[in-house]
Amino acid sequence: MLKHWWKILALLMVLYTIIAGFLLPVPRLVILNETIRSLYFHVPIWFAMLFLMGVSVFNSIMYLGNSKIKSDIVAVQSANVGMIFSILGILTGMLWARYTWGTWWTTDTKLNGVAITFLIYTAYFILRNSIEDDQKKARISAIYNVFAFVMMIVFVMILPRMNSSLHPGNGGNPAFGKFDLDNTMRLVFYPACLAWILMGVWITQLRVRTDVLTKKLLYDENV
Amino acid sequence: MYKYILSTILLLSSFAGFAQDNTVEMADGFYKEGKIYVVITILAIVLIGVAIYLFTIERKLKKLEDSIKDKK
Repeated sequence: MLKHWWKILALLMVLYTIIAGFLLPVPRLVILNETIRSLYFHVPIWFAMLFLMGVSVFNSIMYLGNSKIKSDIVAVQSANVGMIFSILGILTGMLWARYTWGTWWTTDTKLNGVAITFLIYTAYFILRNSIEDDQKKARISAIYNVFAFVMMIVFVMILPRMNSSLHPGNGGNPAFGKFDLDNTMRLVFYPACLAWILMGVWITQLRVRTDVLTKKLLYDENV
Repeated sequence: MYKYILSTILLLSSFAGFAQDNTVEMADGFYKEGKIYVVITILAIVLIGVAIYLFTIERKLKKLEDSIKDKK
């Protein structure tokens, strides 16, 4: 049980964000109203996605160095869970946009950026699944993953900051400034980020272990 | 034992006498404030459900991993 302490911590922290996130006071802002509380869930989910993609590209680079199948498994499964988090991030963002910007989707730099990122990572999985040979599959997709990660940083972090965007945190509209987050909100927001990153790592770990077992059972490979 | 049960029942039944009295404190907060507490409870239930599910997968995997270790 001691080995699982961080999983319990993750759950307790998500539980804390649900309770504190609804009950603690938030700034009273026009248009946003109570939807400002979505920040406790929508943004941490994206941070978890960024973290998982980081884990993925790190393991891809490790694979190019050590050729260990375990590195490849960690790389692909963290990208996999990262994709799930992207879908959740996009869906929650769309709903939030509907009630604050008045539309489900708009041609905003940030929004188009995440859409392109989603396609780039979809291509990563298609590329993987189109190669038969395991070694070749792992190597080529590891190289592609490095490009995918760099493109994600460009599309999600850099380009939206260089253009004007509706989304907070971009072009002359900095997130985490005093207008977006007051100190009470930080009390919930930071634990929420850590909580969802840990949840993501946990789910990734389950998937990695499943993959390792499958390899051992079906192909009798030592992973 | 019997007298404890009896006294508990009598004690509980005595509360019924107060039921119509509005001055008695009840968990009214749960219904006030736009029933936000209900939403929090629902989200907590969802999270706890997911947590139990994740730990179930965890246990299954552990069993499989152990059985493979024994085989070798």
